[in-house]
Amino acid sequence: MAIGVTQQRLDAVAKVTGRARYTDDLGMPGMRHAAYVRSPRAHALVRSIDTAEALALPGVEAVFTAADVPRRRFATAGHPYSLDPAGADVADRRLLTDHARYHGDEVAIVVARDLLTARKAARLVRVEYEELPVLADAEAALAEGAPLIHAWRGPSNLIGEHAFEAGGSMAEALERADVTVEAFLTTSVQQHCHMEPFTAYAYMEDDAHIVIVSSTQIPHICRRIAAQALGLDWACIRVIKPYVGGGFGAKQDVVLEPMVAFLTWKLGGAPVSLELSREECMACTRTRHGFRMHGKAAARKDGTLTGVSLDVLSNTGGYASHGHSIAAAGGGKLAALYPRAVFSYHARTAYTNYPVAGALRGYGAPQVAHAVECLVEDAARALGMDSVEFRLRNVARPGEVNPYTKKVLDTAGIVECLEKGRDMFRWSERRAACLRTGDLRRGVGVACFSYGSSTYPASVEHAGARMILNQDGSVTMMAGATEIGQGADTAFAQMAAETLGLDFSCFRVVSTQDTDVTPFDTGAYASRQCYVASNAIRRCAEQLRGRILAAAGRMLGQPAESLALRGREVVRAAEREAASPRALLSLRDLALESYYNKEEGGQITAEVAHKTRANAPCFGCTFTEIEVDVPLCRMRVVDLLNVHDSGRIISPGMAVGQVQGGVAMGIGWALYEELLVDDRSGRILNNNLLDYKVPTPPDVPDIGAAFVETHEPSGGYGNKALGEPPIVSPAPALRNALLDATGVAVDELPLSPKTLYRHFAAAGLL
Amino acid sequence: MRQTVTCTVNGKTLTLDVDVRASLLEMLRAEGLTGTKQGCGVGECGACTVLVDDMPVDSCLYLSVWADGRAVRTVEGELRPDGGLSPVQQAYVDAGAVQCGFCTPGLIMSSTAFVERHAGKRVSREDIRRGHAGNLCRCTGYGAIVDAVERCLKTKPE
Amino acid sequence: MFDIRKYRQAATAAEAVRLLVEDPAARCLAGGTDVLVRLRELHPGYDNLVDIHNVAELKPIVLLPDGTLRIGAGATFTDIMESPVVRECAPLLVEAAASVAGPQIRNVGTIGGNLCNGAVSADTAAPVLALNARLRLLGPGGERCLPAAEFHTGPGKVALHPGEVLLSVDIPKDDRQGWGGQYVKYAMREAMDIATIGCAAAVRLRDGRMEDVRLAFAVAAPTPVRCPAAEAAARGRSPDEAAFLAVRKAVVEDVKPRTSWRATAEFRLHIIRTLAGRVLAEAARRAEGARA
Repeated sequence: MAIGVTQQRLDAVAKVTGRARYTDDLGMPGMRHAAYVRSPRAHALVRSIDTAEALALPGVEAVFTAADVPRRRFATAGHPYSLDPAGADVADRRLLTDHARYHGDEVAIVVARDLLTARKAARLVRVEYEELPVLADAEAALAEGAPLIHAWRGPSNLIGEHAFEAGGSMAEALERADVTVEAFLTTSVQQHCHMEPFTAYAYMEDDAHIVIVSSTQIPHICRRIAAQALGLDWACIRVIKPYVGGGFGAKQDVVLEPMVAFLTWKLGGAPVSLELSREECMACTRTRHGFRMHGKAAARKDGTLTGVSLDVLSNTGGYASHGHSIAAAGGGKLAALYPRAVFSYHARTAYTNYPVAGALRGYGAPQVAHAVECLVEDAARALGMDSVEFRLRNVARPGEVNPYTKKVLDTAGIVECLEKGRDMFRWSERRAACLRTGDLRRGVGVACFSYGSSTYPASVEHAGARMILNQDGSVTMMAGATEIGQGADTAFAQMAAETLGLDFSCFRVVSTQDTDVTPFDTGAYASRQCYVASNAIRRCAEQLRGRILAAAGRMLGQPAESLALRGREVVRAAEREAASPRALLSLRDLALESYYNKEEGGQITAEVAHKTRANAPCFGCTFTEIEVDVPLCRMRVVDLLNVHDSGRIISPGMAVGQVQGGVAMGIGWALYEELLVDDRSGRILNNNLLDYKVPTPPDVPDIGAAFVETHEPSGGYGNKALGEPPIVSPAPALRNALLDATGVAVDELPLSPKTLYRHFAAAGLL
Repeated sequence: MRQTVTCTVNGKTLTLDVDVRASLLEMLRAEGLTGTKQGCGVGECGACTVLVDDMPVDSCLYLSVWADGRAVRTVEGELRPDGGLSPVQQAYVDAGAVQCGFCTPGLIMSSTAFVERHAGKRVSREDIRRGHAGNLCRCTGYGAIVDAVERCLKTKPE
Repeated sequence: MFDIRKYRQAATAAEAVRLLVEDPAARCLAGGTDVLVRLRELHPGYDNLVDIHNVAELKPIVLLPDGTLRIGAGATFTDIMESPVVRECAPLLVEAAASVAGPQIRNVGTIGGNLCNGAVSADTAAPVLALNARLRLLGPGGERCLPAAEFHTGPGKVALHPGEVLLSVDIPKDDRQGWGGQYVKYAMREAMDIATIGCAAAVRLRDGRMEDVRLAFAVAAPTPVRCPAAEAAARGRSPDEAAFLAVRKAVVEDVKPRTSWRATAEFRLHIIRTLAGRVLAEAARRAEGARA
C-alpha cells in the first residue's frame, strides 16, 4: 500500500545536493536587473519625478514611472476567476503609482545591466512628494471624514463587511447563560519569511508571447492576472514555476510577475529579472492581517457553551490584496468547532497606510481561533471547569450539522483529538504539578480549532492531473497543483501508486508547472491541494489503469477485467493480493509493445479535470506547558503537542513535518514576531531578519505531533487538509498557559517580553 | 578592481580573476555552484553557509578575495566519490529534514561542520540547536533537522 | 556585489595605519560582519576600505609573562570561545562571545570590530568594562594604551584617533585572577539577536564579603557603562539578598536607558535592575570557586 506510509520525498536528493533549481538558479544570458524606487512616506502624492541622474549612471537602460505603465487597475489576490463580478477581488493596483499608500509603495522602476547598478540608480531617482495624512489605525481609517486611501472606490476606507449568526440567536445564548465573559483582543502583523525571497524574470518568445519564470504558488492564476494587468489575451502569458523556496501564502499573490512581463515587453523581449531584497520582501509584499477583536462567550453551569460572538476589525493596509476574504474565511472556518453553540460573527476590513496584508498560513483562522479559544478558556475558568473537559462537552461530533454551512460533518475527530492529547500530554498530572507562585512559574494550556479543506463554495475547486506511461514502463505524472515545499508531489505519487497498484518507485512527478503544458489547477493555498487533487489523481489513475489493462488484455488475449497491476507487472486480478503472484507481462514490455507495434496501440495516457464540490472541516488541538520567568518578563515553551484530525494521513512522516513547521510558525506568531509600524508616520521599523524575530533553532522546543485518523468520504483517499491547520491553535494555547501560570490574561500578541512587562506591571507582579 | 584568487573549491584548485567587490557567494554561483542560496544577503539567515577551511561562514558576508589560499566547501562537493550522498545529506533525507529545500544547502554545511567537530562526543539536542543557531528554516520547525544531526552523530564514521 | 569604491589590503598593522593616514576617509574592514552589512545597504561612508582581515599579528590570544591576558583585536568570537586561556582566565568573555549572533558570524566577526564600531549593544563591551581591560592602540605616533572605560565616547563613537587601529584587548593579571564573573545577554531570541540589555558582573570575595565589585551594562546608556553606585552599594557586603536589593536600587543612578522602538526606557530599566541583582549574585557564587 502506498498510502499511509512514509516514502522518501521525490525531491529530497535534489535538494540535499544543491541540484534543485529555483528561479534564481536558472537565469539567462543577457539578463537585465530591475529595482524599484519606493516611497519613503506611507501616504503621499508624487508631485514630480526626475530620472535624469539615474539614467545617466552607466549601465542603466531604462527608468519607468506611473506615467509609463498601463492605466488599468488589477487585483493581485491569487483567487480563481469569478464568473460573478460581485465575487471578483478588488482591482486597486497599478504597476506603478503616483499615490503612495504605504511606506515602500512602488513609484518607479529602474532597469540596469546588473543589480547593484539598478539599486544605486534607484536611489538617484529624485521624487518630490506631497505628504498626505497617515492612517495607521483601522478604526481611525473608518472614522467619519477620514482621508480616503482609494478615493475612486467610494466614500469610505471600508473594503468589506459581513455578519452572520449561526446556530441561533446570540441574544438568547446570553440569556440562557450562567456566565458571560468578554475580551478585547489584538493580534500582531506577521510576515511569511519564506527563505527564498520573491523573484521572477521574464522574456519574450516571439512578438506576442511573454514567458514569466517565477517563484509562485499559483502559476495558472498568475498567468491570468499578469495578462489582465497588461491587457493581453491570457494565453499570451506563459508562467513557469521551478522549485519554490516556500511561500506560506505570500506567493499566493501576484506580486512581481506583471512587472517583469511589462519590462521585457518594453525592452524588446530582453530577459529582465526582478529579485527583491529581504527587506523589500518583508515590508513591501504581503503580511498577515492584524485583527482587533471584541468578543463574548456565554456558558451554563452544566458546562454547555451557549454562544460565542465576535466583532472583528481587520487591517489590510494600503491595498486590498485578499482584502475582506481573510476576515470572512477566518470566521467561516471556525464555525464548525462548536456547532451546538451560537456563533455570531461580524467583521469589517479597512484600508490603512500599513504594509499590505494578504494570505498567510491560516488565512484569518489563527486570528479568529485566537479570540474564540481565549474566550472559551475564560468561560471554562469562570465556570471553574477543567479547560479540556469544557471543550470536550462542546466540540463537534460526527453527524452534526455545521450551523454556518448547513452541511453534515461526515467526519469530526476533535473529541478523540482532545482525549488523545490529554492522555499523551498527561494533562491532569502536569496541570497538578505546575508551580504557580514565585519568580519561576509553570502553567499548562489547551486550545482547539476547526478549519476547511478547500475554498468551496466561495471559489471553484478545480484540479487537473495527467499521467503518461513511459516507454520503459514508468509513469510520469503532471499535476496542476504546485509543490512549494510541502511535499505535494510526493503525496500525489503515493496516491497514484495506491490506485494504480504500482510501486511508488515507478512514478516521476514533473515538479515544474508550465501553464502552456501543465493541466489546470488553481494552485497551492487553503490547504486544498491534497484534498482537491486527490479526486483528480484517483480518477486519472483509474483511467490510466483501465487503459493499461485494456492493452494488456489485448496483448495477452484475456479479458481486461481478469487482470490487475502490481509492482511493475500485470498479474491476474485474482492474485492481486497474493504473496507472490505470477507476472503475466511486465509493464516495460507492455509499454514497448504499445509504443512500437506498427499496427496498433500507441502512447497510453490519461488526463482528468475534476471539480470538487465539498469542503470537509478538519480539526485539531494544541496542548502546551510553559515556564514563565516573571521578573524577566519571559516565557519559554517547555513542551507542546498538536493533535490533528486531517482525515486519513497520506504520509505520516511528511505530516509530522507539516505539523512541526506550522507549530513553529505559530510559536513565532504567538511569542516573537511582529512587523512594527510607527503609528504616526506609517514607517515600517523592523523589516529585516535581525529585528523581526523569526524563531531560531534554540527558540523552538521539540514539538509533538499526533493524529486521529478519520475517513473523510469527500477526500479521494479519506484525507482532509493539513498544511495550514498546525498554525491555528498554538497561540491561544500559549496564552491560556500563561494565564494558568500567572493569572494574567494577556489578550494581545505577541506574548513577547515587552508585552508581558506591561501586563505584569499592571497586574502588580513586578 | 580585480584580483587573482587561488583557492580550492570542493577539492579542486581554482585560479580566478575576481572583482574585489564580489562576495564569496557571488563568486561560487558565477562558477555554477548555484546550490548555495542567498536568503537575506546580510548574514541573518544562513542559507548561504559554506565551509572555509572547514568552518561555516555566511558566504554573502565574506569577500571572495578572502578565499585566497583557503579551502572552500559547498553542498555540491559533499557527495562521496562514488556519487552517493554524504552521511549528513543521507541523514537529512532519512529524517525528513527537507521541505522547501531553500535553507537545506546552508544547513547541510552547518551540520557537516558540526558533525565533523563533534564526532565521538556526547551532544544534546540543545547543543545541536545552538550549533545551528545561524540557520533559519521556516518549514520544518527544526525538529527533523536536529533528528538528522543526531542520527549522524550516533552512526560510527566509516 | 558590494558597492566598494576603493579597496586596499594591509598585511600588517603598521601598513594599515599608513594606509589610514594616507586616506583619512578610509575605514577598516576586519571580519566584515558589520561593515559589509552597511555596504549592502548602500550606506554612505563605507565604500572606502582598508582590509585588515588577514593581518596575522592581530589574531593571537596569549598569556604574557606578567600574567596579562592579551586578546588580539583580530581574534574572532569563535577564537575567544575556544581559547583555553580565555576560558581559564576570563570566562565571562567566553559567555559574551558565545552570545553573539550564530556560529557563522562568530567564525568571522572579531572582538576588535565589535568594540571599534562603537555599537552600544556590542556584546563584548560590558565584559571588557567589567574586566577593567586596557585597549592597546597603534597610530601614526606609535602605541598607546587606553582603559576600556574611556574607549566608547558616544553612540557609534570611540576614542580612536585618525589613523589608529586597535591592536589588542589586554586584561592584567590582577583584574582577572580570583574573580568570579558572568555575562548575560537579554534579548528577544536565544540567538541571532541584538542585546536589549547586556549585563556583565565581576566579583572578588574576601572573607565571604564582596571586596571588589564591577558591574557593567550595554544598551543601558548612550555608551556601555560601569555602575559605580551599584558597585558601591555591594562593596564590602556579604553576597545576600539584602545586598542585591541595594544593588537593584542603586543601579538606577548609573544608567540612562532610552526609549526606542526596540524597547521602552521603562522596560529596559526594569530588566537592568533585575539583571543587576541576578548577575551579580551569580558572579559572587562563581567567585567562591575562583582561585586567588
